[in-house]
Amino acid sequence: MGLELYLDLLSQPCRAVYIFAKKNRIPFELRPVDLLKGQHLSDAFAQVNPLKKVPALKDGNFTLAESVAILLYLTRKYKVPDHWYPQDVQACALVDEYLAWQHTALRRSCLRALWHKVMFPIFLGEPVSPEMLEATLAELDVTVQLLEDRFLQNKTFLTGPHISLADLVAITELMHPVGAGCQVFEGRPRLAAWRQRVEAAVGEDLFREAHEVILKAKDSPPADPTIKQKLMPLVLAMIQ
Amino acid sequence: MYFGIGGGKTSCSTGQLPSKELFQSNKLWQVPALKDGDFILTESSAILIYLSSKYQTADHWYPSDLWARARVHEYLGWHADSIRGVFGVPLWTKVLAPLIGVHVPEEKVERNRTTMARMLQQLEDKFLEDRAFLTGQQVSLADLMALEELLQPVAVGYDLFEGRPRLAAWRERVEAFLGSDLFQETHGPILNILEQMVNKQIPKPPPEVHLFMLLRISNIP
Repeated sequence: MGLELYLDLLSQPCRAVYIFAKKNRIPFELRPVDLLKGQHLSDAFAQVNPLKKVPALKDGNFTLAESVAILLYLTRKYKVPDHWYPQDVQACALVDEYLAWQHTALRRSCLRALWHKVMFPIFLGEPVSPEMLEATLAELDVTVQLLEDRFLQNKTFLTGPHISLADLVAITELMHPVGAGCQVFEGRPRLAAWRQRVEAAVGEDLFREAHEVILKAKDSPPADPTIKQKLMPLVLAMIQ
Repeated sequence: MYFGIGGGKTSCSTGQLPSKELFQSNKLWQVPALKDGDFILTESSAILIYLSSKYQTADHWYPSDLWARARVHEYLGWHADSIRGVFGVPLWTKVLAPLIGVHVPEEKVERNRTTMARMLQQLEDKFLEDRAFLTGQQVSLADLMALEELLQPVAVGYDLFEGRPRLAAWRERVEAFLGSDLFQETHGPILNILEQMVNKQIPKPPPEVHLFMLLRISNIP
């Protein structure tokens, strides 16, 4: 069996992996894992990733979790164009720097924005207090500003003149609050122009295809009670 | 290179502030930070990888083998989401928050304790398994990152290794590999932090970092 990718495009790192593999014409079998049905919690999936998280990769007998690790594995194994993860030590370090930063900053803010604004009230039927929502959106605003001021600055892409893994990981994160109806690009012309460049670099069709699910998240039907009971502890652990 | 105790952003509270110039370039006010000529880099894992590549350190730290390196990145990814931010909390609740007169509610302290136990279990089951080190039979950046984070709660009196013989043996192996001199030199300031607190040897954080500290404390789940 060749390369298998276990993904749900509702998840932001899954979208990054999906776009990267498609854009670089890396042949893979898509193994859909429906998060909202709790499929990632199944025993079968635990064989692939005991951490019960997507994305996950299987390549023959080799299994790998964690989106950044997967992206870097694909980068090295398939010898993709250098700009994604440059050989140059300093250019590469700037990509690593962004990939480390986003874990604790942008990832947290974007995930919370989606869950507090949309998934809690609509999918799980759990209201979120206006104070909590306000704090979440304020934190998102601060983090997005940091992304613009500290990383993008006046550059074409986040880590230099060409698109890298950093841009892909960042845009797929930002589409989470966009899916929740937050206007993260409004009043930020530099960031909005960067978004256009990233979309153009990966291709509009592929970008749209990868984001169909998240852009419809607002219309998710409510979870049935069994699923809700199954997902609730994990969602709370993830969002705290 | 610029360091602070406890990793993360805590050095700002100890009064040992890096130069203004570095602050301006590094708007996150973060340590560690590296300056190599004109090149400035933050984020510990990025710095470790940069040093491994630039100075061509022994291969086991950051293996060139495709699969072995992927294991290191897998750990670093999980570490960023599950270890960092969780194991730093006891230092905040026991030392840093009291320093500015803030009390962290017991409920949060307890929740953190539970999360740490869950993450230690995952660390043992998913990463250490029956291997000598977290990503294989040799020490790597993963072990270094993990041990440093785990020693923070240890320093403030949490015995994380009690009842976890596999993890305790791993700690011994990593420490033995580093050598006791280096280990002592590196961990002196953190391992006697409680003593420093009792003797009031920790400088009061300057007022301009209080807001940042309050924000960090309010983010404790």
